[in-house]
Amino acid sequence: MPQRKSWVYYNDRLSRYLFISSAVLVSLIILCIIWFVGMQGLSTFREVSIIEFFTSSKWSPDSGKFGALTFIAGSIGTTLIAILLGGPLGLAGAVFLAEIAPPWVRAFMRPATDLFAGIPSVVYGYVGITVIVGLTGKLTNSPTGYGMLAAGIVLAIMILPTVISLSEDALRSLPRTYKEASLALGATRWQTIRRVLVPAASPGILTAIILAMARAIGETMAVQMVIGNSPRFPDSLGSPTSTLTSNIVMEMGNTPFGSTWNNGLFMMAFILLIIALIMIILVRTASRKGAAR
Amino acid sequence: MKAHQADRFATIMLWIGSLAIVAILIAFLTLILGRGLPHLTSEFFNGPDGVRGQLFNSFYILFLSLVLSLPVGLGAGIYMAEYAPKNKFTDLIRLSTESLASVPSIVFGLFGMIVFVNMFGLGFTILGGSATLALLNLPILVRVTEESLRAVPRSYREASLALGATMWQTLRKVILPTALPGLITGITLVAGRALGETAILIFTAGMNVSRIPFDVNPLAAGETLAVHLFAVKSNPLPGTNADQIADGTAALLIIMVIVFNICLTLPSRWLQRRQLGRNKV
Amino acid sequence: MDKIVVNKLDLFYGDQQALNNIGIAMKERSVTALIGPSGCGKSTFLRTLNRMQDLIPSVKIMGQVKIDGQDIYAAGTDVVLLRKKVGMVFQNPNPFPKSVFENVAYGPRIHGETDKKKLSEIVETSLKDAALWNEVKDRLHESALGLSGGQQQRLCIARLLAVGPEILLMDEPTSALDPISTMKIEELISELKDKYTIIIVTHNMHQASRVSDRTAFFLSGDLIEEDVTSVLFTRPAKKKTEDYISGRFG
Repeated sequence: MPQRKSWVYYNDRLSRYLFISSAVLVSLIILCIIWFVGMQGLSTFREVSIIEFFTSSKWSPDSGKFGALTFIAGSIGTTLIAILLGGPLGLAGAVFLAEIAPPWVRAFMRPATDLFAGIPSVVYGYVGITVIVGLTGKLTNSPTGYGMLAAGIVLAIMILPTVISLSEDALRSLPRTYKEASLALGATRWQTIRRVLVPAASPGILTAIILAMARAIGETMAVQMVIGNSPRFPDSLGSPTSTLTSNIVMEMGNTPFGSTWNNGLFMMAFILLIIALIMIILVRTASRKGAAR
Repeated sequence: MKAHQADRFATIMLWIGSLAIVAILIAFLTLILGRGLPHLTSEFFNGPDGVRGQLFNSFYILFLSLVLSLPVGLGAGIYMAEYAPKNKFTDLIRLSTESLASVPSIVFGLFGMIVFVNMFGLGFTILGGSATLALLNLPILVRVTEESLRAVPRSYREASLALGATMWQTLRKVILPTALPGLITGITLVAGRALGETAILIFTAGMNVSRIPFDVNPLAAGETLAVHLFAVKSNPLPGTNADQIADGTAALLIIMVIVFNICLTLPSRWLQRRQLGRNKV
Repeated sequence: MDKIVVNKLDLFYGDQQALNNIGIAMKERSVTALIGPSGCGKSTFLRTLNRMQDLIPSVKIMGQVKIDGQDIYAAGTDVVLLRKKVGMVFQNPNPFPKSVFENVAYGPRIHGETDKKKLSEIVETSLKDAALWNEVKDRLHESALGLSGGQQQRLCIARLLAVGPEILLMDEPTSALDPISTMKIEELISELKDKYTIIIVTHNMHQASRVSDRTAFFLSGDLIEEDVTSVLFTRPAKKKTEDYISGRFG
C-alpha cells in the first residue's frame, strides 16, 4: 500500500490543477470573445463616424452609407413588444403556479413550460411564418404581416418559460410567514399576492424580466424569419424592417471579411454583446439588493 | 364585499392567463406535428432531398461539442463547488461564467467565424461548428455541475475525508456518483439546447451536406436539421417541395425535443431510486 | 503509555478564540469523555485531533498535538495518513448512498486494496466488530440508506474500523439515536476500547460515566478539569465542574 501513496497524492494535485485551469479557461473565453468581436467591430469607425453609425438610419453600404439606427430601433422595438406581451402573461403564470394551481395542474404545467424552453428557435420562426404572420397581417392591415409585431409576438412566446420559471422560484422562496401573516390579518388571497408576495419577490421577478429581455434582444433565427428583412426604419408595427441580429444573418454571407461593411456587422454584434453584459450587471445588482433586504 | 370580488376576479384572470399559456403550447404542438408527421416517410429521410445527412450531422456535431465542452465545463463547475475560496478571483470567474451564459448565440457564431473559419482558415467545418457550439454549452455545464455538487450533503465529504481519502478520491468515489442524477439532467438539458441551435452553426458549420452518407470527416461542412429548416423556409429553392420538407423537419425537431425532455427525467429518477434503496427499516 | 499529548493548544475562528491553552494527555486503549455545555469547544477540540478543523476557512491553530510522539501540526504532516490513523464518527450517521458492502469497502479501496477476497474479509470483520454483521449479512448489497438510524451509525463505525485506525474520535455519536440504539453503541464502545484509543464528546453526563475511563470538562474554550471519571463526577476539584455536574447550569 505505501508505494501507491505517491500516486494518490499526484492524482489529487493534478486534478486540482486541472479544475483550476478549466475555470480560468472559461474566463479567458469571454475575454477572447469581447476582444475579437470588439476589435473587428470597432475598426468600422476607421471609415465611418460614430455619430453616423448610431444616429443615421440610412444603411446602403454600396454607396458608403453606414447608419445602423434602423436595426437598433428594430431590436429595441421588438424586445419591448415581447416584454409588454410576454411579461405580464408570464408573471400571471408564475403567480398561478406558485399560489393558486392545484398540485395536479402544476404537475402538468411546469413540465409543459419547460418544453417551451426546449423548442429550437428556428421552429418558433417556422410557426411564425406559417401562422403568426397571417394573424399580424390582419391585425395591422398590412399585405404580408412581416414586421415588429410578428417578431414581438414570437419573442413573447419564447420568453414565457424564462419569466415563468424564474418568477415562480422567486415567489416560492419567500418565507411562509409573509403569507401567513397577511392572511391572518384578514387579507384575501389576491390582496396578499398583490401587496405582500409580489413586492417581496420583486428582485427575483426583475431578474426574470431582465434575463427575458436579454434573451429577446439576442434572439436571431426566429426574428430573422418573421421581421421582413428590409432596411427600412420601423415606423409601423406591421411593415417589414430589420433588427441587429436579423441584419447580421442576412448580410454576413455576402460581405468579404475585413471590409467596412463586414466590420459594421461585427460592430452590431459587439453592441449586442455589450447589451448582454450590461444586463448581467443589472441582474447582479438586482439580486444583491434582494439579498440585502 | 369589494375585496372578495377583486379576489374572485383576479383568480379567474390568473386561471385564464395560465390556460392561455398551456393552450399556446398545445396549439404549437398540434400545428407542427399535424402538418409534419404525414411527411415523415422513408422518402423524407432517404430521397434525393432527404434529410438523412442533416439528421446525422445534428447528432455528430452535438456529440463533438459535448466531447469538447464536458471536461472543461465539469472541471470548472467542480472547482467552483469544491475548491474555490471566497475571494476576488472566484468572483471574477463567476462573473465570466454568467457573462458567457448571456452572450447571444449570433455573437458566438461570429466569434467562431473569426477564429475557425478565418484565422485557422478551415472554412465551414463540422469541427469549427462543434467547437463554437461547445462555447454555448460551457456556462450551462458549469452552473449545472456546481449546483448538483452543492446539493450533495456536507456530511458525505466529511465522512470520506475523515477516513483518510484525498479530495480527488472523495470527489470521484462519493461526490460525483451522488451528484450523477443532477449532472445527467443538466447534460441532457445542454444537449437539447445544442441540438436546436442554428445561429452559431450557419456561420461555422455552413449550409451544405456532404455527399457521402454518414461522413465523419470533421473538416467537411455539415448542415444540421435546424439549419436546414432555416434554409428551406427562408430561401426556398424553386422546384423543390420545400414546404413539405420544412413541415417534416419542424416535426422531427419537436419530436427530438420531446424525447430529450422524457430522457431528462427517467434515468436520473432511476439512479436516485437505486441510491436511496428501499426506504424501510 | 500516552497515545495523545496536547500542549498549549489555542484555536481561533477569525479573531475569536474558541480554544484557550488546552493541555491534556490520553492513554492508549482507554476511553476519554469530553463534556461541557454546548459551545464550550469540546467538539472543536475533538476535530483538531484529526485536523478536520482545517477544512473550515479562517481557522488558526497554535500549539502542539502529539500523537505517538509526532506533532500532527508540524509542517509536512501527511493529513491523509493522519486521518487514516485517527478515525471519526459524526453526530448524525452519514453513510454514503451506496450499498452496505460498498460503504465499508470504501476506506480499504481508497487506500489501495483491490483484492476482492480480502475486501470481503475486511467488510465481514469490520461489521462483526461493529456488532452489525448479524443484522445486515443478508442485505450487504442493498442501499445503506435503508437501514435504521442506529444501524447506520454502527455501519459508520464499521466503515471506520475497516480503515484500520488506532484512535476513534466520536462526536456525540448517539445524540440522534433512540435509547435502544444508544445502548448498543455504548456496549460497542466498551468492547472497542480493548483495541482502540477512544475519545467521545457527549452532552450526556450519564453516558460519560457509563462508558469512559477518564473525563475532561470544557467551559468556554477552557479545559477546566480532567480526571478519572468516577473521581470527576463524585469529587470534582473545581467549583465550576461541580456546578455543571450537579446541574446548576448548562
